[in-house]
Parts: sequence; C-alpha cells; structure tokens
Amino acid sequence: MATPTKYPTEALKCWPKAKELRQQYYKDYAEAHDRGGIRWSGGAWAFDAVPMGLGDDVHVMTGEPYAASIAFDRKFAQECQDATDARGWARDLCSYMRIYWGSMYLNRFFFGGEFPKPDFYYQTQICCSHAKWDQEASLYEKVPFYCIDVCVGPYETLTEERLNYVVKQLHDSIEGMEKTTGRKYDDEKLIAAVHNECRSTSLWAEICTLNKAIPAPLDEKTMFSLYVLNTLQRSSKQIGDFYEELRDEVKDRVARGIAAVPYERCRIITDTQPPWGFLKIYRYMEQFGVVSVGSLYTFGLEGIFGEQEDGSWGPRKTPQQLGIKIKTRDEALRITADWNLSRPQWQHFYDPAIKTRMMLRIVNEWKLNGVILHLNRGCEGLTVGSSENRLGLIKAGVPVMTYEGNMADEKEFDERRTTSRIESFMETLGLEQIPGAVAAQAAS
Amino acid sequence: MIEKFKEWYVNRHTYAKQWKEQTGGKVIGTFCTYVPEEILVAAKMLPARILGSHEPQDVTEPHIFGMFCPFCRDALAQGLKGRFNYLDGVVLAHSCIHFRQTFNSWRIHLPVEFSYYIPMPNTVQTAHARSYHRVEVENFKKAIEEYTGRPITDQDLDRGIEILNRNRRLLRKVYECRKLDNPPLTGEEAMYMAVTSQFIDKEEHSNVLEAVLKDLPERKLPRDSGIRLMAVGSENDDAEFFKMVESVGSTVVIDEQCAGSRYFWNESVPNGDRLAAIANRYLDRPPCPVKDYPTHSRFQHVLNLAKDYRAQGAIIMQEKFCDPHEGDNPRLKKFLEENGIPTLSLEFDSTNPLGPFRIRVEAFLETIRGEELF
Repeated sequence: MATPTKYPTEALKCWPKAKELRQQYYKDYAEAHDRGGIRWSGGAWAFDAVPMGLGDDVHVMTGEPYAASIAFDRKFAQECQDATDARGWARDLCSYMRIYWGSMYLNRFFFGGEFPKPDFYYQTQICCSHAKWDQEASLYEKVPFYCIDVCVGPYETLTEERLNYVVKQLHDSIEGMEKTTGRKYDDEKLIAAVHNECRSTSLWAEICTLNKAIPAPLDEKTMFSLYVLNTLQRSSKQIGDFYEELRDEVKDRVARGIAAVPYERCRIITDTQPPWGFLKIYRYMEQFGVVSVGSLYTFGLEGIFGEQEDGSWGPRKTPQQLGIKIKTRDEALRITADWNLSRPQWQHFYDPAIKTRMMLRIVNEWKLNGVILHLNRGCEGLTVGSSENRLGLIKAGVPVMTYEGNMADEKEFDERRTTSRIESFMETLGLEQIPGAVAAQAAS
Repeated sequence: MIEKFKEWYVNRHTYAKQWKEQTGGKVIGTFCTYVPEEILVAAKMLPARILGSHEPQDVTEPHIFGMFCPFCRDALAQGLKGRFNYLDGVVLAHSCIHFRQTFNSWRIHLPVEFSYYIPMPNTVQTAHARSYHRVEVENFKKAIEEYTGRPITDQDLDRGIEILNRNRRLLRKVYECRKLDNPPLTGEEAMYMAVTSQFIDKEEHSNVLEAVLKDLPERKLPRDSGIRLMAVGSENDDAEFFKMVESVGSTVVIDEQCAGSRYFWNESVPNGDRLAAIANRYLDRPPCPVKDYPTHSRFQHVLNLAKDYRAQGAIIMQEKFCDPHEGDNPRLKKFLEENGIPTLSLEFDSTNPLGPFRIRVEAFLETIRGEELF
C-alpha cells in the first residue's frame, strides 16, 4: 500500500435536496387522500411507472425503504418486529417485511400519525418474500393486490415469450387498477413515467461509474442516502432531475480530485443491505484508509447498467438516447419490462455465477483491493448465492471477508465481533489505522 | 408387498444404479416437484427427486449460508457426499430461492452431462401462465431431445403422460383407503408409497401399487387407529417423525405436502395439445405456497382434505427458514382452527428432536380427546 495521501474532501452540495425529496415523498403519501389522490404501496422493485398512468396525484410508499428508515430507530424497529412476532410470524422472515407489517398492525406511521392505508398493493415476485409480504398486507388492509411475476430467468436468456408473459401481466394490472380506483388510465402519463424511470436508473448507473475514479468521489455510506431515491419512485420526474444534478456535481468532484474519504488507500465493495443501525462500521474502516466505493447492491438494485463501446460497464442507454419514441401503452410496457428484467440485482436469483462475474468486473474496473460480504439474515433474496460468490471471488484471487448480520433486526448483529473481523481483514490487507484519520473522526 | 416401498426408500441409490445398469437409461435428478416428469419418462429416463437423508452433515457450510432451509442444505450434502454420483443430469423447475441454491451449487461443484433450468411461472393463478409455461415445457422437451439425440414423438408423450397419470391414479386410490374408519395403512407407510414414486421407475412403482391395492381395503392393522391427523406443510419425508406420531395414539390419515399428496394429486388432462396438457397439470396442481398468490387458493384445498379424511387435528410442519410456508402458516393455522380443525405447529430441521416433539404431540392428542369428552 502507498503512503497515505490526504485528498481534499467537500460536503455534497445536493445532499439537503436529497433529504428534502425523501421527506416530501412520505408527506405526500400520508396526505394523498386529503387531496383526493391515490395511495399505493408495494416493493421498491414494483413496476412503479405503471400506476403513474392513473394521474399526477398518485403517491407510492415502497415497503423496503420505509422499513429501512425505521431500522435506524432501533426502539421502534423492535416494537414493530415484536408486533409481527406476536401474530405468529416466524422471526427469520425478511426483517423489512416484519417491520412494515408491525408498523401496519400497530397502526403507527414512522413519520407521524396513523399508518396510511393504501388503495392497493402493487408488487413484483422474484424472491420468496415479496408476494407473501403484500398478500398479507392486502388481506389485513382489505385492499386489492396486484403482483407481477418476473421469474422468467436471467436477462441473458430472455426470449420474446418470456418478455410477453411479463408484459401481459402488466396490461392486466392496469385493468385492475382502473377498476379499483374508478379512474381512466392515461397512456401519455405512463409513457412519460417510463422515460423518467429509464433516465433515473441510467443516471444512477452513470454516477456509480464515476466512482471508478481515484480518489472515489462518493463513499458507499453516502451512496446509501442517494440510491434510495430510485427505490422510492424512480419513475418520478423530480427524482430524474435530482440525479442529473447529482451526476453533474459528482463529475465536477472527479475533475477536481475531491474525495469522499480523505486517506483513501484501499478500495473495497460490500454486498447486500448493511445493518442500518450500525453504519458506523463504514466510518471505522475509513480509519484504515479504506473506502467502500459501493457494491453490486448500491449500484445494481436500481441502477441499470450496460456494456459500453470499450467493453467496460456503465449506464445502459435509455430509449431516448437510442432515439426510440414510445407511442403506445404496449410499447411502454415492453420497454419497462425489458428494462427492469436487465436489473443487475435480479440476475443472481437464477445463478450465483452471474453475480460473481459482475462482482469481478467491479473489482477490476473500480480497481478494488477486496470485498466484504454481509451474510444478511434479514434478506434471503439478496443473500441467496452469497456463499458461492465468496468461493468464486476467492478463486479469482480477490481477498474476501464475510460477516453475519441483519439489515434491520439488531438482535442478529454483533457489533464488536464485526469490528474484530474487520480488524483482522485489514491486517490481511496490510493496513493499520491512520493516526490522522482516527484523530479527525474523534474530533468530528 | 407394502414393505417394498420402505425397502425402496432406504435403498434408493442402489435402486437407481441398478436401474441404470439394467436399462442403459439416463437418470435425471429433479429439483422440486414442479419438473414436468412426463417429458423425462417419454424420453425413457428415470426422474429421481433429490432429497435429503436426515443425517447431521458438515459439508454445505461453504456453499449455502446457514440461514437457508435445512432441506436445501441436506439435499446438497447428498450430492457433495457422492451419493448421487450416478446422475446423468439435473433439472430445476423454478420454485423457491432456497432450493435453487442447491441446484446452482450442484451445477458448479458436481458437473453432470445435462443441466437445465425451467423458468416455470410463479404466479400460477394468472391465465397468462398457461401459454407461457407451455412454451417452456416445449423448450425443455427440445433440450432433452438435443441431449439424447432422439426425438420425443407424440406417442412417446402419450406414453409419458399415461405412465405418470396411472401412478397418480393409483396413489389416489391408496389415499382413498385412508378415509376408512380404520385406515388399512399407517401414515408412515403412505409416506413411503408417495415419496418413493418420486424416484422409482413409475411403471414398476405402479405395478407394486396395483398389487398392494388388491388386498389393501381388507387389510387390518394390529393397532388402534386413535386420533385421525393431517400433516400439512413444508417438504418432510422424516419417517421417524411419522412413526413417533403414530406410536402415541394417532394415525396420519392425510397430508398436504410435496413429499406426499401435492406431488400426485392431479393428472395431466389430454386435450389434443399434449405439451399444454403437461404444462397445465403443473399449474393446476395443489400449489406450494411459493406459487400461491394473490389469493390463498391452497387453504380451501387443505380444509377440504381435512374434512374428506375426517382429520381431527392437523400438524403444521414448518421447515426452519422455509419462507414460503412461513408466509402462509399463521393464516393457515387460523383458517383451520376457525373451521374446527385444531392445529399443532412444529418447526423441523433435517434432524428432529423426537423426545420434545413426542411430548408436544401427546399433549396435542390429549386436548383433542378432551374436546371429545364434552
């Protein structure tokens, strides 16, 4: 490792705006009915452009980021999970789902007031929990549930029939939403939403690609607060506009050599959701000069990537960039189906070898020194195949550390044990704590 | 004759090796009961379901994280220990993420001549699943044809469908006998019959079933049938568990699980389009919870079985970490109890604590008998 260089750092200028967008999102959802609007809930992977055709006053609350927000508040998170456990649900189920259900059963909205009942649930089925999550929520709330099955295999084997299966279900879901809400569906709004969805997710991939720079302009802990906007409502114009602003700012940081972590000398990625109540482990790694430049999770949960002309990984070209003009509902649905099916974080559900290939690509192109895998007891979906990923990375000569935890259930995370493992991993990477970094953190 | 099933269950690997030697055919490991076996049988192959052994194991830790279900790890352990080293191929039909890991680790570490993943629809309740799954079954047929170098003709498909349907009909007849006041077979014996049909040559299995059925209605067990129970839940072929339950004053008269009735309950209905008939059969079968949404269509089927077989109580067998069943069980339990079927929930691992389970089962049976007093 080189002698630590201290890079200049700066706070992100658009940080307050990200915070504001997030706050407004939950406020809009809670107040939608007061203004005669529509509320729907479901997953961050739902085809969120589709309900947008119901009108401009349609507001969504996706379950995973809502539960992740609660996870920061360990006391309320525990109350929610206890409420779910008390109804007989197994403690090893998805911890986001247990928190969401608990908030619903307790009739307490994390952002104040009663739990806002949606008009319908809209979800995709790829992991074993998603359909069950909203099946229970819709039964409890006595509202309709539409679920799109996207289990058609990895994108690299996509056929016309497989795509059609997804598109036909999307058509059906529109008919269902019209019946549920009594509204006439507006295809122009759908088309605009699909454009925005492609723009937001391609822009996020572009931002992640900028993190190939040394020093990295963004660290993963910061990225957690930025990628989340796409999990809230990637088809919203506001979110797309925000990512354009962020992309420009990150570009500028790269041009001026602004770092996220001042003593960057070792670059890693992690995997899956972190234990949200313990993000300080990322700050602890910074004391060793380690920056986590992201993960397949932060990149590919909502970022849509494609192979660039030079063979490297970068943002997938949007329909607009390719000069495609969407004219009909069917065209819009085909594009959103194809776009979402190419999501990097959907591929490992079929084969861990695909994820290992993507991780190795990141290791090489983002110039990494190691990988830390979170064996996340709270999310079977993103942890599926992780053990094989570990073996695949080790086989390719990449140093790998694992730790067990849970993204939202603090009972399943051992902070001291994790920091001990990090210490050992740092030792294997030949890293010691940097006095300047330790002192700076102590002073902050 | 009925002992044959237990013998097959215990010696399944020896059977498969001998079958291969005698027929020169290919043995294909099936992952999950959604693989359309009609195609494999039409191609004169032996479908052999990958199951665990209910023994402690320490070989899967590097491959599957311990938070995934014991069944998927136990099944992979069988491969890693070389017990399935006679397989020529492996096939997975899309179901839960847990067992998909077993399939993928198998493909990576235990290479075979042929491996195939069928992206079977999960939303079996949508009408669009039918045309889509037909295409996937056709793709699977083509892959098998390419592998064997032989076309699968319509006659082959008819034969495959009939062989499977005959086996299903016979198993239904066996299960029908369990409706009698004094069932002529135990739940343990029924489990051996049902689960062996998943890895024994279907015609041979059917021949033995037919022979057993000749005398079965007249068969008298030297035991009191006691309380009539239903077994519901995750994959479970733990014979010792059934033996224990039936040793304390009960008989398991019906099950709703994939090692039992869910596997054979319905037939492929020939309708001119053979591949559609096969595809639809798997969409229409009693679903695994992973495929049962947006509505809980399975619940009414479970209740119907309980009523038809006059079950006085249900044991809900929950494989630890099995998310699909965990996502159903609290509501299923409530549904059964609201409809007069008391339940006992037990969490299963690959090896089970029979002592504590016995105490809980005995207590459950006592409460059922107590209700009868009033």
